[in-house]
Amino acid sequence: MKPVITTAMTTLVALGVISLAAPASAEIRLGASVSATGPAAFLGDPEAKTIEMLVEQVNEAGGINGEKIELFLYDDGGDPNKARTFATRLVEDDEVVAIIGGSTTGTTMSIISVAEDEEIPFISLAGAIQIIDPVRDYVFKTPHTDRMACAKIFTDMAARELTKIGMISGTDGFGASMQAQCHDIAAEHGIEVIADETYGPQDADMTPQLTKISKTEGVQAILNPGFGQGPAIVTRNKAQLGINLPLYQSHGVASDGFIKLAGAEASEGVRLPGTALLIADILPDGDPQKDVVTSYKSAFEGKYEQKVSTFGGYANDAFLLMTSAMAKAGSDAEAIRNALEDTSGLVGTTGTYSFSANDHLGLDLSAFRMLEIRDGGWALAE
Amino acid sequence: MKSNLKWIQLAIVFVLIIALPAFFPSGYYYRVGALIFVNALSVVGLVILIGYAGQISLGHAGFAGIGAYACALGPDYVGLHPAFSVILGAVVSAGMAALIGKPILRLKGYYLAVATLGFGILVSMVLTNERALTGGPDGTAVAKLGLRSWLKDAGIKLSSGEFWYLVCGAVLLIGVWIALNLFHSATGRAMRALHGSEVAARTVGIDVAQVKLQAFVISAVYASVAGSLLALQNKFITPDVAGFMHSIEMVTMAVLGGVNSVLGATLGAAILTLLPQVLTIFAEYEQLVMGLVMILVMIFLPKGLLPSIAARLRGRGE
Amino acid sequence: MDALMQFLLSGMTVGAVYALVALGFTIIYNASDVVNFAQGEFVMLGGMTTVFAHAAGLPLPLAAVIAIALTALVGVALNKLAIEPARGAPVVSLIIITIGASIFIRGAAQLVFDKQLHRFPSFSGDEPIRLLGAAILPQSLWVVGGAFAVFFGLWAFFTKTLTGKAVLATANNRLAAQLVGINTGWVMTLSFSLSAAIGALAGVLVTPITLVAYDVGVGLALKGFAAAMLGGMGNPKGALVGGILLGLLEAMTAGYLSSQYKDAVAFIVILAVLFAMPQGLFGAKHTERV
Repeated sequence: MKPVITTAMTTLVALGVISLAAPASAEIRLGASVSATGPAAFLGDPEAKTIEMLVEQVNEAGGINGEKIELFLYDDGGDPNKARTFATRLVEDDEVVAIIGGSTTGTTMSIISVAEDEEIPFISLAGAIQIIDPVRDYVFKTPHTDRMACAKIFTDMAARELTKIGMISGTDGFGASMQAQCHDIAAEHGIEVIADETYGPQDADMTPQLTKISKTEGVQAILNPGFGQGPAIVTRNKAQLGINLPLYQSHGVASDGFIKLAGAEASEGVRLPGTALLIADILPDGDPQKDVVTSYKSAFEGKYEQKVSTFGGYANDAFLLMTSAMAKAGSDAEAIRNALEDTSGLVGTTGTYSFSANDHLGLDLSAFRMLEIRDGGWALAE
Repeated sequence: MKSNLKWIQLAIVFVLIIALPAFFPSGYYYRVGALIFVNALSVVGLVILIGYAGQISLGHAGFAGIGAYACALGPDYVGLHPAFSVILGAVVSAGMAALIGKPILRLKGYYLAVATLGFGILVSMVLTNERALTGGPDGTAVAKLGLRSWLKDAGIKLSSGEFWYLVCGAVLLIGVWIALNLFHSATGRAMRALHGSEVAARTVGIDVAQVKLQAFVISAVYASVAGSLLALQNKFITPDVAGFMHSIEMVTMAVLGGVNSVLGATLGAAILTLLPQVLTIFAEYEQLVMGLVMILVMIFLPKGLLPSIAARLRGRGE
Repeated sequence: MDALMQFLLSGMTVGAVYALVALGFTIIYNASDVVNFAQGEFVMLGGMTTVFAHAAGLPLPLAAVIAIALTALVGVALNKLAIEPARGAPVVSLIIITIGASIFIRGAAQLVFDKQLHRFPSFSGDEPIRLLGAAILPQSLWVVGGAFAVFFGLWAFFTKTLTGKAVLATANNRLAAQLVGINTGWVMTLSFSLSAAIGALAGVLVTPITLVAYDVGVGLALKGFAAAMLGGMGNPKGALVGGILLGLLEAMTAGYLSSQYKDAVAFIVILAVLFAMPQGLFGAKHTERV
């Protein structure tokens, strides 16, 4: 059999909910608004491509219970105002029964108010904890929260007896939100943040900030919450300055592209909390996520000649969750929401999801894997 | 005759606002309509600054940011009702405009452009960095206005889309009315005089600095109120509202439609708000088309859409 | 002490990037009084074209030359298709045209290339050079050297060559320039291709440090524009000094005050300078003709 088995297919078949015999007449309307262009394009671009690819795959395989998916996909460019307009359009004009999207926390929060008002189930692809805390009836999300990323990193630091750290964060939404969450929980893990610097998302050189951190008395490790070019430049600058402290990056740069941009030499030894997707090749065969990540990876990389990233993985998981709920509930928004909340043990690329009435993220820390860059590739640090 | 023209323009805007919903196939169109009105409001402000007084600003989104965050923070920190927070935002914006306008407006052309741009960037930077107060780059929630549920109790049921369509439409109408009155007032004439030639205006006794400042402050209030309306209807706001691209968008709308004409600017706002919604069918080419439209209009209709078309029609009539 | 040295080197590196962008503004402004807001896109095109030509197997120097030549052609096209047809339009229309062009080029780049971040190898390796306890990358020296080379080139061009003087004459009074036999159309073509080439060169030099993607142009144009205005638009000396000053300001603020507000401090200084000297540091005085 060819390796290009779709993730959606394997899961749906596993759940035994596909009936290829049913006539493909009716359609299920699925909405999506992601940031395929603009400052968050490297989140939204793979997300858009993933959703388009998966819809194609499901429809080619006969749809969900014989009903094809009709996709309405918009590019909000990372602008929350546009995201709200598109959410309104999806609900009022395209009459979708469910929405996936919101690449950034800002766009997600804009879509949330529409989804909640109109009672449409919505799975967000953004990180911040306030999306699902407090729990909102119709809002779910697939990525780990930034708070969990901080916890994973701090646990690893504590195990290595690195307790005094310096932080250098991007001032974009991702970096700033994670910076705040890490500050919040540092003490719980016995970590003390003794230097705290930031940089702008378009900055070209972070050596002044890194110099300040390395000159802070007693600093034992550096943590860099951020995404885009910033973390690559930070990693290069740290090597340039010859700073011999362990460097932790966030899940925001969990892709092969990061190693290429930062350079294998400079990024040697960098640790970050990642998902199984990045280490699909070295996952042991018995790993529960092995099948899901390999099939998504080979499908995506075969179709787009582009490396998979964690973000595309978030969209893949959101699509899996949504379609498996639709398979159970049909095309009624309320029923889909209820089926989503009942989801239990669904294996995605990010982790294994089990939602409940008071948990709309459904992941725990075990889904995060502490990865280390060795010889220009990913390795398990634990 | 002059005042006739004013009432005709006002009537056109009024009829459009009232009549358009008859053609709306779904609630989403109310949302787009409300956005057009909000954008048009800040653009009418720019007509006063750029069209009347001939001064440029690449930082007016800064005032929109102040208006928007006044609505987000006013209820939480000062205990103001959201409606009064709009006024608070307008007052702060006016004060800020008066404060920085004095030194900035001595600059000309591109130097004025970079100074206003700097102001806009400073505002968006404060909104982004003062996380404890503003929620940072991920934005912050905005309290409900409460007027809609009050209307509901009074027996008038409106959807959120309809409600904001009417509110923004009404505010735009007031804004247009003020701008048209200003055009024919002594202050408006002084503004247009200095647009022609500052030296000439000065020789006929116009306090050039004062008149420029008036235009700057008035346009800042327009942008601020527009920002407030956006925040209130979105119920969520991020620093993007004060961003550089938003400033550019405003100026583009004004210039595209016709920067000397209140009605033209409204048309410009409508076109640039609608374009991205229409272009979703070829999302990949959106930027390409957007850029092309801007270039072509400026080349072939240098005075902006409405004035150029009007001039052509008049030319044919004679 | 070595911290200060590091801040200075960082400021020089970043400042030279800004200066290169600012220098690109100079020629077009001198020839036509247009501030070309698409200048940042030239930088992006230089970087992106080099990345893709290099990835296609061409050696880096050849890829760079091709990128610069292609970008120069884009510059000429911009002039012929968008600027020349709108001659005599007010400043604000020209701003909209060049911003429209920048959006157009960005949209095209995202279709022709992709939306990912890219980088190609540094010219002289990544082994940092130690200097008084601080470290600088060889590529930074290339950028700083490039900025100074372009500056001297422009300075010589405008003051020593007949062509350069023709450019200045055209800006000063187009009709008079035509009357004394200057082919003003050709001067404009030359100016746009040179500006675009300088932008592309900047892109080639800075990509190993800053990385490149289809949308890096806006940020670069913004900072370059600010730097050029700080120094005084149209003056190569102003562009160089303005750029480096801006870079040093940011690095010093990040080092000693607050990295969060380094851009803010830079813009506050620009505002302060403009209040005191409305034409920038080295700008020429203009008076309104009645």
